[in-house]
Amino acid sequence: MALAKRIIPCLDVDNGRVVKGVKFVDIKDAGNPVEVAKRYNEEGADEITFLDISASHEGRETTVHMVEQIADQIFIPLTVGGGIRTTQDIRRMLNAGADKVGINTAAIFNPEFVKEAADRFGSQCIVVAIDAKKVSTDEEADRWEIFTHGGRKPTGINAIEWAEKMVDFGAGEILLTSMDQDGTKNGFDLALTSAISEAVSIPVIASGGVGNLDHLVDGVKEGKADAVLAASIFHFAEYSIPQAKAYMAERGVEVRF
Amino acid sequence: MKKHVAIIDYGMGNLHSVASAVKHVAPDAHITISADTQDIFQADHVILPGVGAIRDCMSSINDNGIPQVVNHVIEQKQPLLGICVGMQVLQSHSEENQGVDCLDIFKGEVKRFPQNVEDAGLPIKVPHMGWNHVEKAQEHPLWEGIASGTRFYFVHSYFVEPNPTYAIGSCHYGVPFSAMMAKDSVAAVQFHPEKSHMAGLRLLRNFLNWQV
Repeated sequence: MALAKRIIPCLDVDNGRVVKGVKFVDIKDAGNPVEVAKRYNEEGADEITFLDISASHEGRETTVHMVEQIADQIFIPLTVGGGIRTTQDIRRMLNAGADKVGINTAAIFNPEFVKEAADRFGSQCIVVAIDAKKVSTDEEADRWEIFTHGGRKPTGINAIEWAEKMVDFGAGEILLTSMDQDGTKNGFDLALTSAISEAVSIPVIASGGVGNLDHLVDGVKEGKADAVLAASIFHFAEYSIPQAKAYMAERGVEVRF
Repeated sequence: MKKHVAIIDYGMGNLHSVASAVKHVAPDAHITISADTQDIFQADHVILPGVGAIRDCMSSINDNGIPQVVNHVIEQKQPLLGICVGMQVLQSHSEENQGVDCLDIFKGEVKRFPQNVEDAGLPIKVPHMGWNHVEKAQEHPLWEGIASGTRFYFVHSYFVEPNPTYAIGSCHYGVPFSAMMAKDSVAAVQFHPEKSHMAGLRLLRNFLNWQV
């Protein structure tokens, strides 16, 4: 009897459509976000993450309306990330019905923003999204850095130190994406995931690289993640949420049925 | 006659998701998100939500005259449901924010989850975030059609100490704590029924069916 490990389908949304790119190129259309979210809610997902990857202002306007429609129809937690830069952005998303917001780039440019957001809205709704890439060579001890712009721009910030700092600044949860693994379907970066999960006192969601159900099990067991996030394996109906949960439960992972 | 459900609005956060879940289980109900005392006093059922830090919550509650409203609702025996921080504010006192006096409806103390305790063999992460088992501690109309041990969605860093007098549901996360409590016409839950999918919707329906 313990807290269940959460399974979180992620909707990457560009201009009102769910898309999923492989390493952020080759974007495939996976449907209408409201319909997709409803399906996951009915299937027994533990939470849903909505990631707005639209570059345009119009895309962001669409997101607010989509979040409103989703929030009306699902009865599980909803996290919204992508383009959250000000406390007004946060207020807007929470008012639209998000339970949590993901802050990524804005935290890197201004870490105080996380503190301000946590003070104003409470740590429970502030998720700091960390995009990390391995920068050590094979001969060196593992070292990961924070990258921005979809993994293209290095920041020189050590990922573990950054995660610890974000906890001090009031983050309630960390959404950790390995930019090396994202889109590869080769599984999470387990060394990165366990390093961060053991370093911080708040829940960590593992993200980036899920290609099969063993990867989800590994993320929890080896990566020590509190939740696992995946997109394409669910969107393209390779696996259903109940299938994933049954598989994990058979391998000793606590899940909610 | 249409059932009237009032969700008390004292300016802390978005109450839309609570309203949306109530609407889902009671499509014909008249639902108001309100700070208006007349509106609240006329409701058949009253919900007291809460998010964020307890000091901010209690100051908004005090600034908006909510203590009097809550007392009147209780005197009138209108069924009242506190949710999450809405449960914590019904206790005597919380140790959050260097100590804050609360509404003292339940004689209870709100404490922070300790460090260095374990859940399933690993140090607990705080906030307690996710789906955990709630065990039935006492029969209550809120449990109608819900099995003991059902998982509900929690997100909180502070908890109400177990108290057998009021406990109707208990949970364990490193330490045992109170997940559901009730006294006369007042009930409170630490988890978020509006985010707990089918089980949570059932609990909300049970609350709306609860006749004191």
